[in-house]
Amino acid sequence: MSIHDLEKAFQDKIDKEIKIEPKDWMPEAYRKTNLRQISQHAHSEIVGMLPEGNWISRAPSLKRKAILIAKVQDEAGHGLYLYSAAETLGTSREQMVDDLLSGKAKYSSIFNYPTLTWADMGAVGWLVDGAAILNQVMLCRTSYGPYARAMVRICKEESFHQRQGFETLLVLSKGTQEQRDMCQEAINRWWWPSLMMFGPKDSESTNSDQSMKWKIKRKTNDELRQNFVDMIAEQIKLLGMTLPDKDLKWNEERKHYDFGEINWEEFWNVVKGNGPCNKQRLAARNKAHDEGAWVRAAALAYAEKRKNKLNIKAA
Amino acid sequence: MNTAIKKYYYGDIPDGAADNNSEKKSSTAESTWPLWEVFIRSKQGLDHKHAGSLHAADAEMAIQNARDVYTRRQEGISLWVVESKYIHASNPDDAEMFYEPASDKVYRHPTFYDLPDELKHM
Repeated sequence: MSIHDLEKAFQDKIDKEIKIEPKDWMPEAYRKTNLRQISQHAHSEIVGMLPEGNWISRAPSLKRKAILIAKVQDEAGHGLYLYSAAETLGTSREQMVDDLLSGKAKYSSIFNYPTLTWADMGAVGWLVDGAAILNQVMLCRTSYGPYARAMVRICKEESFHQRQGFETLLVLSKGTQEQRDMCQEAINRWWWPSLMMFGPKDSESTNSDQSMKWKIKRKTNDELRQNFVDMIAEQIKLLGMTLPDKDLKWNEERKHYDFGEINWEEFWNVVKGNGPCNKQRLAARNKAHDEGAWVRAAALAYAEKRKNKLNIKAA
Repeated sequence: MNTAIKKYYYGDIPDGAADNNSEKKSSTAESTWPLWEVFIRSKQGLDHKHAGSLHAADAEMAIQNARDVYTRRQEGISLWVVESKYIHASNPDDAEMFYEPASDKVYRHPTFYDLPDELKHM
């Protein structure tokens, strides 16, 4: 078959909602796009452990500490599911880890913001995980089989993250004036960066939308962002708090909330490495990786030694 | 078809927007743990089902890691791990030749046989 025929057969499969599996023929750009997206997603889960890890030792109660540990452990698991899915596209785990550690690979910019108070744990769960879930629910139906299956597993686990975040804020919102202020300030800090998580506006794109055609994505950035705003603008009423956007208003005609302009300069600045915590995050990952080197080497040496022993016995 | 995808979704930041401030690190020459496939029996009486994969130095560690990665919420009561290199798969290009011949053997299915309604217990 010629490339053209292969491409046509490939697109027919996508159009018929047949999942693409690792050994199936796929256009090189499809493989690359998926690889980049899945590995960035994996890196985001791994780096995403850091802002929360910051609060494990300072959680206000044993219950909150246990919850936070479980959540961070989930993020580690999600990173591993995603690395495995990315590996099916023909790259190695080491290559991906190296790219993260060297700063070549990207991860979601949201994790380059600091978590200053305990209320930030609530805001991260509610807003950041809330935004991530909208994206991930959509990705459960993505066209690449291993990615879709990883997403299904992740979505099942993720909903507890968002719920515990909202509940953390709910408790603070019913507390003392100081706690209420802390709650509002955390929401103020995390609102705009959460909106940025959905990426640039659709109008910024000049190319025809190949990702949609290949059903890697099924909703545009702006659609997902609007879903998020509509959802949060209602949920926040239960907290008795406000979102830091004077332009936020229900639009009866559109049946959606209107909202203010995102600071895109800040967005690109953080993407380019100049966010509040970019350096700190990468340094933390590098430190953990370097300090774990002897453990990885020792485990391998031990496995090798045991294998040799078994071979001698068998001989 | 090498269309560069220029539309940036969440989780899809272009490599071009590289971070120039980070320290550069060369690829480590460290030897690596092999890949394992994980199979989980979700409850007694059911089959083990493929759940995913992971890296581990040996089988014992693979089972330990599989427990941590794939069964944090009582997803299983038994685990199998097998090194991925020992799994052989049929080729998707052969699918037609491989599986199609079965489709014209409808007589292998019970519904092929037209029997009177009065016939009971069959």
